Amino acid sequence: MKMPTPDAAVLQRRAEIIAALRQIVPGEGVIVSETERRVYESDGLTAYRQLPMVVVLPSRVDQVAAVLSYCKEMGVKVVPRGAGTSLSGGALPLADGVLLGMAKFNRILEIDYDNRCVIAQPGVTNLALSQAVEQAGFYYAPDPSSQIACTIGGNVAENSGGVHCLKYGLTTNNILGIEIVTMDGEVIRLGGKHFDAEGYDLLGVMTGSEGLLGVVTEVTVRILPKPTAARAMLIGFAKTEDAGECVAAVIGAGIIPGGMEMMDRPAIHAAEAFVGVGYPLDVEALLIVELDGPPAEIDHLIGKVERIARDHHATAIRISRDDAERLAFWSGRKAAFPAVGRISPDYYCMDGTIPRGRLAQVLSRMRNLSETHGLGVANVFHAGDGNLHPLILYDANKPGEIERAEAFGSDILRLCVEVGGVLTGEHGVGVEKRDLMGTMFDETDLAHQQRLKCAFDPEGLLNPGKVFPQLHRCAELGRLHVHSGRLPFPDLPRF
Amino acid sequence: MTRFSPADLKELHDAVGEALAADEPLELVAGGSKRDLGRPMQTPRTLDLSRLSGIRSYEPSELVLTAAAATPLDEVQELLAESGQMLAFEPPEWRSLFGSPLSRPTLGGVLACNLSGPRRIKAGAARDHFLGFRAVSGRGEIFKSGGRVVKNVTGYDLSKLMAGSYGTLAALEEVSVKVLPKPEHVATVVLCGLDPAAAAQVMSRALALPHEVSAAAYLPAGSVPAAIVGIAALRLEGPAPSVAFRRERLISELSSEYESTVLEDQASAVLWRAVREVEPLAGLNERVLWRISVAPARGAEFGEAIAHSLDALWYLDWGGGLVWVAVAGAEDGGAAVIRDAIRGADGHGTGHATLIRGSAALRSGVAVFEPQTPSLAALAARVKDAFDPHHILNPGRMAERS
Repeated sequence: MKMPTPDAAVLQRRAEIIAALRQIVPGEGVIVSETERRVYESDGLTAYRQLPMVVVLPSRVDQVAAVLSYCKEMGVKVVPRGAGTSLSGGALPLADGVLLGMAKFNRILEIDYDNRCVIAQPGVTNLALSQAVEQAGFYYAPDPSSQIACTIGGNVAENSGGVHCLKYGLTTNNILGIEIVTMDGEVIRLGGKHFDAEGYDLLGVMTGSEGLLGVVTEVTVRILPKPTAARAMLIGFAKTEDAGECVAAVIGAGIIPGGMEMMDRPAIHAAEAFVGVGYPLDVEALLIVELDGPPAEIDHLIGKVERIARDHHATAIRISRDDAERLAFWSGRKAAFPAVGRISPDYYCMDGTIPRGRLAQVLSRMRNLSETHGLGVANVFHAGDGNLHPLILYDANKPGEIERAEAFGSDILRLCVEVGGVLTGEHGVGVEKRDLMGTMFDETDLAHQQRLKCAFDPEGLLNPGKVFPQLHRCAELGRLHVHSGRLPFPDLPRF
Repeated sequence: MTRFSPADLKELHDAVGEALAADEPLELVAGGSKRDLGRPMQTPRTLDLSRLSGIRSYEPSELVLTAAAATPLDEVQELLAESGQMLAFEPPEWRSLFGSPLSRPTLGGVLACNLSGPRRIKAGAARDHFLGFRAVSGRGEIFKSGGRVVKNVTGYDLSKLMAGSYGTLAALEEVSVKVLPKPEHVATVVLCGLDPAAAAQVMSRALALPHEVSAAAYLPAGSVPAAIVGIAALRLEGPAPSVAFRRERLISELSSEYESTVLEDQASAVLWRAVREVEPLAGLNERVLWRISVAPARGAEFGEAIAHSLDALWYLDWGGGLVWVAVAGAEDGGAAVIRDAIRGADGHGTGHATLIRGSAALRSGVAVFEPQTPSLAALAARVKDAFDPHHILNPGRMAERS
């Protein structure tokens, strides 16, 4: 993985930069020693590590603004970081960059039940938002599996999802407003407690921009009343094709479950060995379907899903009788990653999305790729929305395995794109999938995206080296050759 | 005025390229239903996109539809209905609003204007269903973004940027949208005799209950001929047993003080169509019409404040978050009063007002879209320049200088 070449001139001025940052953020807010910086050297994508030049932990918006405008003036790169749970290396530091940690912004500022929203600082964890409104019967819908640790600011940067996306949407569908600080040090508010953007939807653009456009300093999220009840079904299939067709038939019947997850045989076995909740072991695919709403609706829909499952040759069907059993059904799925961690020294989690109808084909080709690369793979799948999480099993201590795991992963993502899907459903591009962007987008597509970056950060100082395979100067991207006066298209129909 | 009517992507590319070369800006038009929405423009060329029509792929179980951008909305909705599906954001047509009953609103048009109907509060806006597109930017270049799957975070979400950009950044050629199953059953609980304060309270309570109210509107007394007293309408959708259950719960939890009635199927559809298409105010052609987004709990109070300062009729959609106001007799169409009221007495209120219908002179004189802070306006102008550096596409439609 090639990152932008460190700027020797910046590194030479390190002491001066640290002194200036200390003027802005006094005391322990500027971290310099190597031991303490080590904490920040990687995020959830631990294969990549880099010590940052210096870490700054501001606690006020004016400090964020001052740090950014100082860095802009000095030509110093900045990498923003929330809780550091990114699985795509979105918060990977730069050797010549300031790592801007937002962890001290950890307060909920306002809970407004009448308008069903919460205003929070970006360092508040995803789960804390739901917990803060739980008593009143509300919750915040997106629930990435890292929700205990990941922060709402990071969720905005990555447009995080979770298992309830199909019905309740990703982060972008569940936030109303943000405050950002641009690389200029300007504080800009987008949205508020009301619906929809005024003018261009820059709130929508910021969400999922992976820390390349601005630093989020406040978020207004929508909260929803908690469904009255929820029940889950475990449905086993002897053939993956049947499971895939069952998912399509459920949706075709007009049912959008609160969650619909699939696991393949290796994932089922790993999970069952770990949590022992009674997953059927003689099946090729296991579906967990959760239905939420009033009990009358749940009963009605469970009956329908059960009939559909039987029509699709389900070999095992269990329906949760109480909430404890429902959570037990989920526990294996939620523990799938650590469960796989027990059967393999290391695993590499991928995140492509495919059209659901291609699932059987993709899984079969993935088995071939598994043989080619000589590495095992277990699959968990957000079946409702087509988001696939293959877990590639490898051993980092065996020479060459990590490279093979990465090559296998790249092949899987190319396969996702080839069948009409995309590189990432919820983890982001980061550094991980940066060099694969060309499989989905051509140069012109990418240049249009990069010009948007130029509108926010013309010097390219905010989180460079992420998302885009090549760095271009904004002046070069902006060039446009127009041949004035000439009519270059004589065949064009005119009226 | 020269009119270009490209039949395919290549011709669209050529038409924009030529306008760029001739330095003659284009007005983008497809169905023409919302031509008078936005600031008036003086453009030497018209880019008629209506031949870019036709559904290109639709797989009901994938919940995704891809169509040429100017495919008529009714064509899309008819095809979806055959598979029991719909555009969940309930796009408005606004044909009678703009006095163009024969125009055909297009899929690309409602996306480019980010127009959503009453289900906005539950299902999200047009932008939330816009998965990907292919377009020609103001640079005369073909580019694409997003994808054809419902879950995707690859690269910047440019679909969001296109939604609500009113054709000022790129000419859409193809769009992909998320579609959802149509509800099996619909019922609307109507509560009668509510003053605005009571309506605000009832809607806030209804939306805080787990009954999945999919639309909530309030028509104050006198806002429509039929509304002798103020009425609040709450829509429930879903499987029949679920709707029956939630309907009883909603009535028992909310309406002990108010007379209530339930509208089913067709009667419910007629009501929500009227709310969506602004029928209570659309016929008042002499009045200036505003669409205002505020925090939902403020809507009723906001409407009352406006009616206190101006000769104004109003009603609420989106649980109070969308205020429709028809103003008479104010020189600026009520712009100053309305925009001050959004900020509120403490100056902290959030929201925005869009001048939907008014004379060309008024739309030139007052800001059609909510004025932005200088730093946000400067950022928006840089975004415009990034996609359309020579201001070839709908120049001046949203902001005076871009």
